[in-house]
Amino acid sequence: MTEETHELWTRKLDAYLDGELDSGQMQELDRHLRECPGCAADALRRLQWKRVIHAAGQCYAPNSALRERIQESISPAKPAWWHWRPAFAVTAAVLLLFAGARIFRQEIVQPKKHLVQLSRIVGELADLHVSTLASANPVDVVSSDRHNVKPWFAGKIPFTFDLPELQSSPFELVGGKVSYIEQSPGAQLLFRVRKHQISVFIFQARSLPMDFERPEGMDARSFRLESWQRDGLQYFVIGDVAPEDLRALGELMNK
Amino acid sequence: MCVSQERLLPSSFEQLALPLFGRLYNFAHWLTQNREEAEDLVQETYAKALKGFSSFQPGTNFKAWMFRILRNTFLNSRTGIKAATVAVDLPDDDPALPAERQTPESILIDRASQQMVQGAIAELAVSYREVLLLCEVEEMSYQEIAAALAIPVGTVMSRLSRARRALREAVQQKLHRSSP
Repeated sequence: MTEETHELWTRKLDAYLDGELDSGQMQELDRHLRECPGCAADALRRLQWKRVIHAAGQCYAPNSALRERIQESISPAKPAWWHWRPAFAVTAAVLLLFAGARIFRQEIVQPKKHLVQLSRIVGELADLHVSTLASANPVDVVSSDRHNVKPWFAGKIPFTFDLPELQSSPFELVGGKVSYIEQSPGAQLLFRVRKHQISVFIFQARSLPMDFERPEGMDARSFRLESWQRDGLQYFVIGDVAPEDLRALGELMNK
Repeated sequence: MCVSQERLLPSSFEQLALPLFGRLYNFAHWLTQNREEAEDLVQETYAKALKGFSSFQPGTNFKAWMFRILRNTFLNSRTGIKAATVAVDLPDDDPALPAERQTPESILIDRASQQMVQGAIAELAVSYREVLLLCEVEEMSYQEIAAALAIPVGTVMSRLSRARRALREAVQQKLHRSSP
């Protein structure tokens, strides 16, 4: 091997180790290195240098904060609402809370409250009726004539009402007095049917805390109670009579 | 790291560019020799690359494209301009120089600490440092380095040869200085 050939191979050692020679040259240089101890030693030293530089060159590591900043800056743009998602979540939670509270109030609390009010009013009416029956003077105006009873209420209650003609009916008017419910004055009329007595209460509907316009009969401590509303007035008929009697008197009052 | 001829989506950029983050930062730090400047350089590189991603040609080398942006950004920075002005360079068309036979490289390799080698790399002119790092650390091919540095392959080869020789000499000098 001439010195010139040797020099030629030496020049190509770096490219050989960098993997930049074509396959033909690689094979030729492989052969030369197997035959030339000097060039093989040179190639080994250069290879060692490459490894030293490779190891020494990898010494700087970025911090995670920079990575996060860059990742955030190159991430595909999110829709505008994406940045507001925490606010959306809070708003949704608040709306759900309000909706839940409203449903709870409407479906659970309000009906319960309604029942409590109904029970209280019916209880008060039953008390008034019982105390009237127990009283030695159950009514303040004693008359079976509706033309006496109705005028008696004039100036005592803030409304007027009609009394039915009871002839040819089993009912008899006993009289009336002023009663109060929910601090509002109203008329209490006492009727008799056979040996039973029935109270008819008339109040302004607006003075009551709830709507009693419910056609079905209500029980009040074994008393029967009917109620209806007409011309802004709330009528209650309560007594220990048969439901049909109560209903018949109601129909008469409602004429 | 060639990107196929598919449509370039913003999400594609993230998928392609983020894995290069550590490598780009290491290279940036070698160029700037300063952590803060390296961070700024990498951040600016990503911003420019994202902005120009639509101009990237699918089918070409994405890694080389990213390193090229980083290197150009560095050269336009204050540190880069200063480094370029002090660069000692030989004509690029010089043939690769043969290694000096008489240099006891095995001794150098045995004695030189990693810190010493790192110091020697840092002292290399930028034009040598960058080509050496892209070849030895990033293990880029000459073609990829040429693309990243926007220079001919022949220039890559000659600069690489001189960079290796300069590094060896620098390490040798350091060893002489440190020996009693």
